[in-house]
Amino acid sequence: MPIEKFAILRSTCVPLPIENVDTDQIIPARFLKATTREGFGENLFRDWRYDKENKPKPDFVLNNSRFTGSILIAGKNFGSGSSREHAAWAIYDYGFKSVVSSFFADIFKNNALNNGLLPVQVGESFLENIFKAVEQNPDAVLEINLESQEITLLSTGEKEKFDINPYKKECLLKGYDDIDYLLSIKDKIIAFEGDRIL
Amino acid sequence: MGKSLFDKVWDAHVVTQVKDGPAVLYIDRHLIHEVTSPQAFAGLDKRGIRVFRPGQTFATPDHNVPTVDQHLTIKDVLSRTQVDKLTENTKKHGIQLFGLNHPYQGIVHVVGPELGITQPGMTIVCGDSHTATHGAFGCVAFGIGTSEVEMVLASQCIMQPKPKKMKITVNGQLGTGVTAKDLILYIISRMSASGGTGYFIEYAGTAVKSLSMEGRMTVCNMSIEMGARGGMIAPDETTFNYVQGREYAPKGGEWDKKLAYWKTLHSDPDALFDKELQYDASDIEPMITYGTNPGMGTGITGHIPELHEVPAGNRPTFEKALQYMNFTYGLPLIGKPVDYVFVGSCTNGRIEDLRAFAYFVKGRKKAKDIIVWVVPGSKQVEKQAKSEGLDKILADAGFEMRQPGCSACLAMNDDKIPEGKYALSTTNRNFEGRQGPGSRTLLASPLTAAAAAVTGKITDPRDFL
Ligand code: SF4
Repeated sequence: MPIEKFAILRSTCVPLPIENVDTDQIIPARFLKATTREGFGENLFRDWRYDKENKPKPDFVLNNSRFTGSILIAGKNFGSGSSREHAAWAIYDYGFKSVVSSFFADIFKNNALNNGLLPVQVGESFLENIFKAVEQNPDAVLEINLESQEITLLSTGEKEKFDINPYKKECLLKGYDDIDYLLSIKDKIIAFEGDRIL
Repeated sequence: MGKSLFDKVWDAHVVTQVKDGPAVLYIDRHLIHEVTSPQAFAGLDKRGIRVFRPGQTFATPDHNVPTVDQHLTIKDVLSRTQVDKLTENTKKHGIQLFGLNHPYQGIVHVVGPELGITQPGMTIVCGDSHTATHGAFGCVAFGIGTSEVEMVLASQCIMQPKPKKMKITVNGQLGTGVTAKDLILYIISRMSASGGTGYFIEYAGTAVKSLSMEGRMTVCNMSIEMGARGGMIAPDETTFNYVQGREYAPKGGEWDKKLAYWKTLHSDPDALFDKELQYDASDIEPMITYGTNPGMGTGITGHIPELHEVPAGNRPTFEKALQYMNFTYGLPLIGKPVDYVFVGSCTNGRIEDLRAFAYFVKGRKKAKDIIVWVVPGSKQVEKQAKSEGLDKILADAGFEMRQPGCSACLAMNDDKIPEGKYALSTTNRNFEGRQGPGSRTLLASPLTAAAAAVTGKITDPRDFL
């Protein structure tokens, strides 16, 4: 499936200063029963967001109208645990286009990139500064420039370069995916199968 | 320079290397289940293509299946729809399905090895993070997301950057009552829940080599709990003996040819790793977790850390975890009552685990007021357990064996630990709500689970041995 092209994203942020946010929190297993990709945003962070009577918990950031935007800022080691791609779908479906953290779990990072959700890894101190800036002023805007691989806190001008695999960057910029590529090299794959010893 | 085990297997599967990008890695075996595959099949339909190599994919429903009355129609409509979709999709594409009531059904990571589908030197993927289990056979095996499931169905390949390599050596001998589960919980407690991120781990050393295949699978299974992409152990006689004669294992001349190749699968003495760590088996005691990620564990005679023992940066997570678990700093764990015991999962739902549990409780009685679920990892495990009379031993002690599936490991079916209750569990994850909304999980070995099942509280299993 072609993914949405990613260019420059300028947005306010939603801060989630918690470490080791695992995919069971992002989307609990009981919501994985769907057979399509859509609609998972509704249950994003379900058990942190709603109480048992399904009433929004006022102290959770997604229920705080001060914080909006399409960038999620999260603590270290975001997306650990289960490989469920539903976590990336839920975040994207909710409306986020990028997640910023000082560390991402591997599978989550892959899943995010495969769905047009950009994981941006920044240094610990920059992450802290972003959290501070957003807490002080929810209107603080972050700019994420994929082409130049730069993330900038516009209110202070503080910026940092971020890493992304050049192939994945290309995919995101152009909006195409791995399967398009793999199908285009099918002859190579068949030749490889023939050459294998075992 | 020599090659590591990981390099040997990885390099043998690279179809092509994208410039400045990932490798196109050929996949020998692809395992699928009902939860992470429907969207992948839907993707194929949308593109108008069929499964490229259906003979290399095997399917079984596990995550979502009931563990009682499996012969009846699944009551939960959504669960039933997923299982039906799996049946429909595999039929349409000519994929082997071990469906509900098939003698080979079970947790996907239990089924692959026991049928000989998993063989040394293979690349194996599955839309499930505990695919690392198969690394016990010297496979490069790792979990993937649904987009990647679709990739493999479409092309039998996956796009992957090569991970870094780590070697963890554990020498020495594990003490009595200390199991493979304790070994890996110990390593994770040392490494933290993210200490392995970006790495593929090779486990080596005399303590690892002396483990059975079941034990090795338990170790590799939990590699993901320290963030690693996967874990693997070089195949040896233990491995070859396990694989030989299984349903899908090579036979005759084919066996000899493969065996000769498998014997080359070990790290060369001068192989380089990006990181090397060593532990001593005699330092390990039965382990238990107290927090909400598998890195938050301690020896069973230990205590929950005091706040000052936790690095400042980790304190918010630590405090949040203790609050969720309703635990206090510095508290010893022994003697703490538990409400549920769960024995099962792809970590500890194999025949050895059931044996360990059964022989421990033999001649004893289930503690009053405790609820215990014993769930075999597969139909084959269930059959074996019955043929050994384990079901009788369990029944005599007051326990019953349920039917195979993931069950309370992730609580997608009806097997949920109620809010606020403590479950001592042989599974791999103690995340908030993992075993049911509000549930509190303590991870441990089948022996420690057995000790709790007969005493009703956290107990050092060595006291009974
Ligand atoms: S038993 Fe648990 S960890 Fe293993 S595959 Fe099933 S849900 Fe995942």
